[in-house]
Amino acid sequence: MPLLRIDGLAHAFGPTKALAGASLEISSGEIVALMGANGAGKSTLVNALAGTLTPDHGTITLAGRAYAPRSPAEATEAGVVTVHQSTERVGVPGLSVADALMLHAYADGSAPFFLSRSAVRRKAAAMLENAGFALPLDRDFAELTAADRQLVAIARALSRQASLLILDEPTASISGRESERLYAILRRLRDEGLAILFISHRIADLNALADRAVVMRGGTVVGEFARPIDFDRAVETMIGRPLRAARPDARSFQGAPVLEMTGIQLVAGSTPFDLTLHPGEVVAITGVLGAGKSRLLQTIFGTRPLAAGTMRLDGKTYRPATPTNAIQSGIFMAGEDRHRSSLMPSDWPGSNLAPTISLPHLAKWYPLGFLLGSREKQEAQRAIDTLGIKASGPEAPMSSLSGGNQQKVILGRWNAEPSRVLLLDEPFQGVDVGARHDIITAIRANTERATLIATSDPEEALEVADRILIIDHHTLTPALRAGQSAQAIEA
Amino acid sequence: MTTINSENQSPASERVSANIRASAVFILLIVMVVGFAIAQPAYINVTNLMSILQAVSVVAILGAGVTITLAVGGFDLSIGAVAASSVMAASYSMIVWGLGVYETVPLVLLFGALVGLVNAFLIVRLRVPDLLATLAMMFLLTGLQLIPTAGRSISAGLILPDGSTATGAYDPAFLLIGRSSFFGVVPAPVVIMALVAVVLFVLTERTRLGRLLFATGGNELATRLAGASVPRLKTLAYVLSGTLASLGGIIVAARVGRGDVSSGASLLMDSVAAALIGFAVLGRRRPNVFGTIVGAVFVGLLLNGLTMLNAPYYTQDFVKGAVLVGALALTYGFGRSQAR
Repeated sequence: MPLLRIDGLAHAFGPTKALAGASLEISSGEIVALMGANGAGKSTLVNALAGTLTPDHGTITLAGRAYAPRSPAEATEAGVVTVHQSTERVGVPGLSVADALMLHAYADGSAPFFLSRSAVRRKAAAMLENAGFALPLDRDFAELTAADRQLVAIARALSRQASLLILDEPTASISGRESERLYAILRRLRDEGLAILFISHRIADLNALADRAVVMRGGTVVGEFARPIDFDRAVETMIGRPLRAARPDARSFQGAPVLEMTGIQLVAGSTPFDLTLHPGEVVAITGVLGAGKSRLLQTIFGTRPLAAGTMRLDGKTYRPATPTNAIQSGIFMAGEDRHRSSLMPSDWPGSNLAPTISLPHLAKWYPLGFLLGSREKQEAQRAIDTLGIKASGPEAPMSSLSGGNQQKVILGRWNAEPSRVLLLDEPFQGVDVGARHDIITAIRANTERATLIATSDPEEALEVADRILIIDHHTLTPALRAGQSAQAIEA
Repeated sequence: MTTINSENQSPASERVSANIRASAVFILLIVMVVGFAIAQPAYINVTNLMSILQAVSVVAILGAGVTITLAVGGFDLSIGAVAASSVMAASYSMIVWGLGVYETVPLVLLFGALVGLVNAFLIVRLRVPDLLATLAMMFLLTGLQLIPTAGRSISAGLILPDGSTATGAYDPAFLLIGRSSFFGVVPAPVVIMALVAVVLFVLTERTRLGRLLFATGGNELATRLAGASVPRLKTLAYVLSGTLASLGGIIVAARVGRGDVSSGASLLMDSVAAALIGFAVLGRRRPNVFGTIVGAVFVGLLLNGLTMLNAPYYTQDFVKGAVLVGALALTYGFGRSQAR
């Protein structure tokens, strides 16, 4: 009998069906990999298991009993522990690792009211012994590496008699050697009878860990692969079409480059690399979290210093010190996470569509300083028309737009003035398929400038780019034409 | 993505409640004025209204400064102390140094701007949190203003720490700033307040610079990535706030005609309250200059009316506090639940 049985789980966010009848079984003592592109329903499924979301339909059975947690605490009590990707929140900077291990005991009242340092240390050490790995107990939690923070969370989970451990991209932000250590620990825990469900696209993870890979697409489970796992087929199942057909109209570019980067080191000591962009070309940079995608874009945009190397823009030396320099030179960037990097909070001045588009162009559009005339409204209307933004008009609050339309507005902002290079960091976050298609079409239609896109999703890279580059440990690996095996992209 | 679309889905009833919230402060204002006018007809005559405006002018000007710092996502707690030390600085410059109005006013304004610049240095360069930096500056100025005169108030014939007697006096032209009236009706401080209000309203709501100031407060990262210089915008906000506070100090000095050590004690609280009450005006839920001025006038009208009805002076702070609590509840509490 399986430990966990998920049956016909369905959940909708408004009109979007995040889960459409997903079914899945996990047994004790096995490691199951959950694969799926953005929006496939992985997170929704995990949230339902973790107790942060109550699904609309479907049943979950855990060890033969109905399981419907209403909070993470209830899930933990039932033996399902989720370790999220952002492990900063596992502990508190300023408190020790021992305290971080004991944090849940402080919160649920199982620790005594008066704490002695030695008692805390003793109990924390017992937890680590139970988990079977070592951590520096007296160190400040803030000094731990991402991998060690993950281990803190795992040790805490084990101390609470977890029967199912869920890991969200456990190796996304840790190095290869740390991954090896984590693999060994997870395999041992599996052998001791723990069920482990982990989300990852990395071939390395799947190879080292997965007894079984479950592929999700469109809110349902579309395929299961047992060992030995055929990764190409798994990825094809994930994106729903043969890999080679990904971008049949990939173009190649010769002639005068827009941006030439030579001998680039993003961080001191990393392997130098070169990168050349031509007008009209769309290049995608892909790689795991922390590989340096965002850092590359930020370096070109002038928000991070270049460790070594030279950049030439249209043949002239280019050395931006601030985003202001970059924008004046014709290099635009739309940052990752539009709410954080581009939008104003709702109800705040500038939180409507037109001011969102005009923000970087105010000096150009209103040289006298007074916001008179309708320039920004005209520009906003133009963006609405050309990009097919669904909004009530230039005055529509950004919060009233869907994610895809918000992203179109951000693109409209940087399309409003001519540029040489457009940098897009994760431009398809929280964007539905239809809007993604429109955005890709708009990006590829521009022939004046080069576009450099950072994305962690290889499928998106294949869809948008003429050329895909892989970044790892802050350096680019040799170029691939679109259409080449996604396995190479993943590895 | 699940963004609740409050704009499209709002039924008529919600629209009505939003309108009521937006005009609540004005409705209260009218009810209040009518009520006081019935109870005490002298309340509504022009002389009394002008004296109310004169009484709130300094608070309104300082409040406008606070509003600018709130717009960039900061807070200036030093304005009260800047105003108070400006009173001392103005008196010192005329009575001890014997300077006239044309030297004193620019000098004092420069002093305010300089304090703003130091605040900005602490906040922008050294990254001291705004509340702490301006709190420290408030402390520093409160002490600094006592040093030149060894803790004495400044009036003509002041005996200096070294034993000599100051020979200067208040420039009569300087006193006009606080004591003259236009057409014998509108006091000069009211005119200054109106000018400050109009200029700052246009600056914050109708110019590129204002848009960028608010953008800084709304989302600093987004503003920086859009190519604006956030440090420069923040510096500007604190310099404006400091300068406006010293302008308030000049008005106080010109009205009182001496440099009292204790002047400006309640200015900080009152002007911050005006700026916060301003959030509720028009249901904006954000700092805005117009709201701040209305907030200051609202409190002035209320206090004056209560005084006319023989409410004891010691109830004043309680009344101000009650108004502030009510305004904040109106801003954040009501109608918010549907939006979430």
